[in-house]
Amino acid sequence: MSIRVISDKCVGCKACVRACPTAAVSMEGKLATIAVEKCTYCGSCVSACKFKAIVIEIEKQAREDLSQYKGIWVFGEQAEGKVAGVVPELIGAGRKLADQRGCELAVVVLGHDLDKLGDELAKYPIDKVYLYDHPKLERYRPEPYGRVLAQMIRTYKPEIVLAGATTTGRSFLSRVATEVYTGLTADCTGLEIGADDGLLYQTRPAFGGNIMATILCPYTRPQMATVRHKVMQAVDPGEVANAEIIKVTPVEQLMSSKVDIIEFIADLTSKVNIVDADIIVSGGRGMGKPENFAILEELADLLGGAVGASRAAVDSGWMPYPHQVGQTGKTVCPKLYIACGISGAVQHLAGMQSSDCIIAINRDPHAPIFDVADFGFVGDVLEVVPELIKQIKAKK
Amino acid sequence: MKIVVCIKQVPQTTNVKIDPVTNTLVRQGVESQINPFDLYALEEAVRVKERLAETGIESSVTVLSMGPPQVDEALREAITLGADDAVLLSDRAFAGADTWATSYALAAGITKLEAELVFCGMQAIDGDTAQTGPGITVHAEYALATYVSKIDEIDVKRARVHRLLEDGYEVCEVQMPAVFTVVKEINEPRTPSLRGKMKAKNAKIEVWTAESLGLDPDKCGLKGSPTQVMKIFSPEHRAGGEKWDGDATDLAAKMLDILRERVTV
Repeated sequence: MSIRVISDKCVGCKACVRACPTAAVSMEGKLATIAVEKCTYCGSCVSACKFKAIVIEIEKQAREDLSQYKGIWVFGEQAEGKVAGVVPELIGAGRKLADQRGCELAVVVLGHDLDKLGDELAKYPIDKVYLYDHPKLERYRPEPYGRVLAQMIRTYKPEIVLAGATTTGRSFLSRVATEVYTGLTADCTGLEIGADDGLLYQTRPAFGGNIMATILCPYTRPQMATVRHKVMQAVDPGEVANAEIIKVTPVEQLMSSKVDIIEFIADLTSKVNIVDADIIVSGGRGMGKPENFAILEELADLLGGAVGASRAAVDSGWMPYPHQVGQTGKTVCPKLYIACGISGAVQHLAGMQSSDCIIAINRDPHAPIFDVADFGFVGDVLEVVPELIKQIKAKK
Repeated sequence: MKIVVCIKQVPQTTNVKIDPVTNTLVRQGVESQINPFDLYALEEAVRVKERLAETGIESSVTVLSMGPPQVDEALREAITLGADDAVLLSDRAFAGADTWATSYALAAGITKLEAELVFCGMQAIDGDTAQTGPGITVHAEYALATYVSKIDEIDVKRARVHRLLEDGYEVCEVQMPAVFTVVKEINEPRTPSLRGKMKAKNAKIEVWTAESLGLDPDKCGLKGSPTQVMKIFSPEHRAGGEKWDGDATDLAAKMLDILRERVTV
């Protein structure tokens, strides 16, 4: 790795000096000079220079022939014979990419007793369904799942692998990408095929959604990404099962695990979990006391949604942590987010500002939540929400 | 038991901006902090140490981080919060590492420390990837439990933990050595102790390089990273919409109109 200034191109504008976070760039007369011992190769100066006078050279090249990798895979995450809500969205996104790339789209399912699920998946607009069926794959466990997908990747060589950015998807693909030594981009909200290079342009939010970054994986395959739930357009299955179903012969040696699942305790405090909900009614400090969350639950029930909470409400013990929306809680992306008595701290906005539509109710007309709300209501949430419930019921 | 906590130094706010002229992150005036999730990881490590002490098992808690020399400050802060000592992986060869190369280096540190249990935060608030913890377990060949919200039982050989998933909790039994990534629900971190502050002041923080860890330079930093950041940009800004004021009946009626356009009420 090396960094240098092309003296013919440098005009001495000092943009690089201002851009450098480690003060490694200084001017020697009219020429930018880089103190290599201070430089961290972050690339700030390279993107700051309008004259393309600074270059970082990485001696990197592919370790193998990348053209042998073909096709797009979607991880068909499932539990108890039901696919995760994000899977039809991944198929939708994957179909577009496959058409652009002129390649096949396959769904890969790991689990047990998968025949019925395989038949259902075959109705989606995909070319193949790979079923890897073994009793020890019934629920996700890091080691067997990781080894199985890594081995399948080595065998079938897909060009792109997508999974949902769920708790399972994120843990699972991290291990797979590490094992096959390829890149993985987390929690993508945009996927496109580059017109010139055919690479997967993976766009994702960072810094709690305040920055967007587009990531490439140029030298290794597959290009892997986890994709945020509720961002991509889902596709519906057709009437007929057209996709070819391939049952992969399981290998017993891949099944050992240092983790044993004892039990699963379903969260019975809510009918819909906030990550899957299309509508979230969320409460903050303005709710005043825990009992008042009952009115939010009533509203959520009427709308068919789930109840969320701000950090303030969770830290006060008014709602359990699984309901927390925001930087140290969950990131949600519903069609409708109703913020009740939530002021809208940056940390909260990080978890909900990509919702399709935001309605806010707050007493303070200057609360920052109104800066992101499509519809703002200045009033007492404890009066407005009960009144709204009354009106909804009256019109039923 | 040898316990290691991986921490990351991150900006104190995620409200970072992109300089419209230079198209780079504005870092000036942004203070740094220990990644909030890592504070829960550290607290849990100290609690495990205390818990094991009750059964007569001696443990130590070492904090480990990769980054520039400034991370020294974060490591000392971790000592004020109960860690026994700290190691910094710092080398120009590590610069520009993505999650693959970061977990490669951290795994080498963990192996050298002969850690039996490793704690990480579930993710960092700057990168938001949640990939480094799981990555470590492949490089170091450790067991993995992500999103840990509770440790039911623990001894030197195994632990029974709860994992917080989308729709409930999974209870599983994990064999050591293992990496646990933790969620906020797991505990409430303590405040710095006076004794910790004294200790932090005098602590000698070891610095290890790629060479001292015996790492392959081709797998470190930017060079070893499969992903490349093509560009960064500001997201489309959400603008606030219309705002209404008035009595509750009118506001509720207006809101119902808006709801009817979007959902079946």
